[in-house]
Amino acid sequence: MISRREFLHGAGALIVSFRSAGHSLLQEEHGQFGTHAFHIDPDKLDSWISVNADGTVTACTGKCDLGQGIFTAQTQLIAEELCVRLESVKLVQCDTAVTPDQGSTSGSQSTPTNFNLQDLALAGATAREALLSMAAAHLGEDPRRLTAKEGAVMAPDGRRVAYAELIGVQKFNLPIDHQARRRSPSEWTVLGKAVPGLDHPALVTGTFEFVQNVRVPGMLHGRVVRPPEMGAKLLSVDEASIRGIAGLAKVVVRRDFVGVVAQTQFAALQAARQLVCRWSPGSALPPQKTFFEHLQLLPSHDELLVDSGDISSSIARAHRVLHARYTYPFQMHGSVGTSCAVADVQADHATVWSPTQSVYPTRNCIAMLLNRPPDSVRVIFVRGSGCYGLNGADAVSFDAAVLSQAVSRPVRLQYTRQDEMMWENFGNACVIEQRAGLGKDGAIVAWDRESWVANRGSRPGYDRPGNVISGMLLGYEPESVEPAPAKPPTRILRNGSNTVPEYVAGCAGGACNGSGNVQGERVLTHTVASPFYTGPLRSPLRIQNTFANECFMDELAAVANVDPVEYRLRHLRNDRLRGVVVAAARAAQWKPFSSRGGEAGNEVMGRGFACVAYEGDNGYAALVADVAVNRTSGVVRPVKFTIAVDCGPISNPDGLRNQVEGGLLQGASRALVEEVTWDAKRVTSVDWEGYTSLRLDYEIPAIEAVFVVPDNVKATGAGETSITVTPAALGNAIFNATGARLRHLPFSPARMLAALKPGQPGMSA
Amino acid sequence: MKQVLWVNGKEYAVEVDPSTPLLFVLADELHLNAARFGCGMAQCGACTVIMGSQVIRSCVKPVGSVGSAPITTLEGLGNAENPHPIQQAFLEEGAMQCGYCLSGVILTAKALLDDRPGATDEEIRAALGGVLCRCFAHARMLRAIQRYRDARRAS
Repeated sequence: MISRREFLHGAGALIVSFRSAGHSLLQEEHGQFGTHAFHIDPDKLDSWISVNADGTVTACTGKCDLGQGIFTAQTQLIAEELCVRLESVKLVQCDTAVTPDQGSTSGSQSTPTNFNLQDLALAGATAREALLSMAAAHLGEDPRRLTAKEGAVMAPDGRRVAYAELIGVQKFNLPIDHQARRRSPSEWTVLGKAVPGLDHPALVTGTFEFVQNVRVPGMLHGRVVRPPEMGAKLLSVDEASIRGIAGLAKVVVRRDFVGVVAQTQFAALQAARQLVCRWSPGSALPPQKTFFEHLQLLPSHDELLVDSGDISSSIARAHRVLHARYTYPFQMHGSVGTSCAVADVQADHATVWSPTQSVYPTRNCIAMLLNRPPDSVRVIFVRGSGCYGLNGADAVSFDAAVLSQAVSRPVRLQYTRQDEMMWENFGNACVIEQRAGLGKDGAIVAWDRESWVANRGSRPGYDRPGNVISGMLLGYEPESVEPAPAKPPTRILRNGSNTVPEYVAGCAGGACNGSGNVQGERVLTHTVASPFYTGPLRSPLRIQNTFANECFMDELAAVANVDPVEYRLRHLRNDRLRGVVVAAARAAQWKPFSSRGGEAGNEVMGRGFACVAYEGDNGYAALVADVAVNRTSGVVRPVKFTIAVDCGPISNPDGLRNQVEGGLLQGASRALVEEVTWDAKRVTSVDWEGYTSLRLDYEIPAIEAVFVVPDNVKATGAGETSITVTPAALGNAIFNATGARLRHLPFSPARMLAALKPGQPGMSA
Repeated sequence: MKQVLWVNGKEYAVEVDPSTPLLFVLADELHLNAARFGCGMAQCGACTVIMGSQVIRSCVKPVGSVGSAPITTLEGLGNAENPHPIQQAFLEEGAMQCGYCLSGVILTAKALLDDRPGATDEEIRAALGGVLCRCFAHARMLRAIQRYRDARRAS
């Protein structure tokens, strides 16, 4: 048995850190681990931080690195708050035997959660202050006269005592101090610096250990056999059909779940391909061509986010009324590496090495599937291929555990490309209808917005394995969409999905929490059943909603005959959002009423603007996109992106820049080429021929990013800000270049050419 | 079937079905990490290795067809203490996010520039057409490759 304390001190155990990447997982002792559900109390300092005998500091975090750089930033944070060198920090991330439960690493919440006055940052500050007061007693000195530096505390007279000497290998035995003082940005020496990614050396030399590289002694290889159609049920399995495959260990069947386990990956792959299964016919899928019309007719669960109560009369009184309908397709996470997990389910306990963003919820769901108590299951996060949200990470972890339980051996399971793309939780398809009334002066007097969101499943959370395909095949249902009419809004607006346009007052529950000043407002959402699984995909619903809101704002500015930047500023009252709008316009040398940017050959140039207060208050971005539209081919070519971002104090400027740049190009890919396709029975975009992504041969636009950092503001998320505004800015630039308004993504050459034909409805007045 | 493979300058004797994809042999028999499964259809580049002087997709290359050709994986270029200059260029530009795709990006660029040291930016981009990076670290990756090319030509 190994205690958490022994674990942290490396007593025959594993510390998953980038510097020890390699074969460290093999060092782990397999045995009962002495942990219990919610055994790690987040209110105790020892749950987060320990000082080791060699003077190094071990910190535990429930926010893990998915490729977004949070491992490096959190290591900087601990080095900064504890006043030790970066090399002296060991960070342990997301392991249910060791780290506090911080839910999921998602929604741009890692920075707001761990870099403000709570959780990991507060633990760091508490630890430093505790060490300072221990040193004060030790040195007989006023703690205010002491300074901490490089793992020791110094008195003004030069006397010095090392942390290790102060605390030995004892616990702190202290609660988190909610009055502990964070080191301010003006004092920072490690945080705020462009520290290169700590994982980069192992990544560029190929030795980095992804979950796909985890090898456990005695491990077998699994593959799953999915239904051929949506909704098909398993009728029978003919095991004789693969009897000839050498190295086959077992065919695993449980309800509609089918998998194979074999000695080698190749044998498992062949067995999965050749196994003959009979399935019932699936449920017919709605035709893709008319899918959005279909969505709007389905029974729905409705919610009113804001309602000023006078929307119809306000619009009836308006000088001009504009209406537009936007549609957004299903899109994929499409990780480069297919999802993979390794599970070792033994008689009394189970260990799962998983790329999940949610180790504790995944642990509880796996316990349900194995019919075990949660504290007998340990889930250890090991990074997979970049996921951008809920790809197959949770599903593959469930599947691996089920396969391992069936063969009583460790099993490594990796999906095929088709398993991944046919069954992942896609980003939601939406229809968004916008209607607004303008006054005589062109100002918006009323904004009425109604949307339909296709939804099925999502993150499984702690008890909903049916929210992903594996759980459903094993007999668990996804959360259902219960049709219900909307009630008047009573809660204060939290614009977490950016459903509410930036320009309305957002009055509900006795407060006006919107970022704008338009008083006439109604925002109604309809959640309807999706034929496919859906779930969070980078900027979930925020990118869909911002596309519709920011393009419609551009339409209103055009009708009002006001410059789009000026028009936005007239309707915005949030200072941080106004700040990035002004900064982006300045950086791009935006000229009021900047007309179409001229022509070159078959190309016509234009520029567009879009902005967002991400999740209402979790990061601010404004983007100027310059594009060239080819009138012959219909190809839209982004030429330059100029973006301003305000995410408060910046932990790692180069890491931030990397996220902002990647988000812009991922946003361009989603705006220009990405779309899930299907026929009457099944998803057809199941490989990289069927689902298009901008590849490395793409002629990328120039990118200029400026960062706005106001004084005395909290750190916010940043990784989803730039992607959120990209489709809208591109759509607005296309309009500026051509006069054609594209209201459906992706902006394919065919759609562009159709909109360019004279007399098309896409041509705006 | 017994077979001898030359990988990263070392000789390995393996006993596998000759139709096994080279990728599975590298990962499961040789315990190498860099070439990784992405699609199994030569569409993404995550499993790229260099065979002789050509980049190949190890996910569709039967191990029995490799013969005595030397194989180089990303691990074979350099290590963290002594990275290859192209790896060093990627470090200097911070040219990665999740890093899963790096075998395809780095080895494709290296093979191209070994063959044509003066390749233009357009030629570099064209060579990378079969490689997918879903984190979209494209700008930094192209800068790193240009940095490597320019330093190589200057020396």
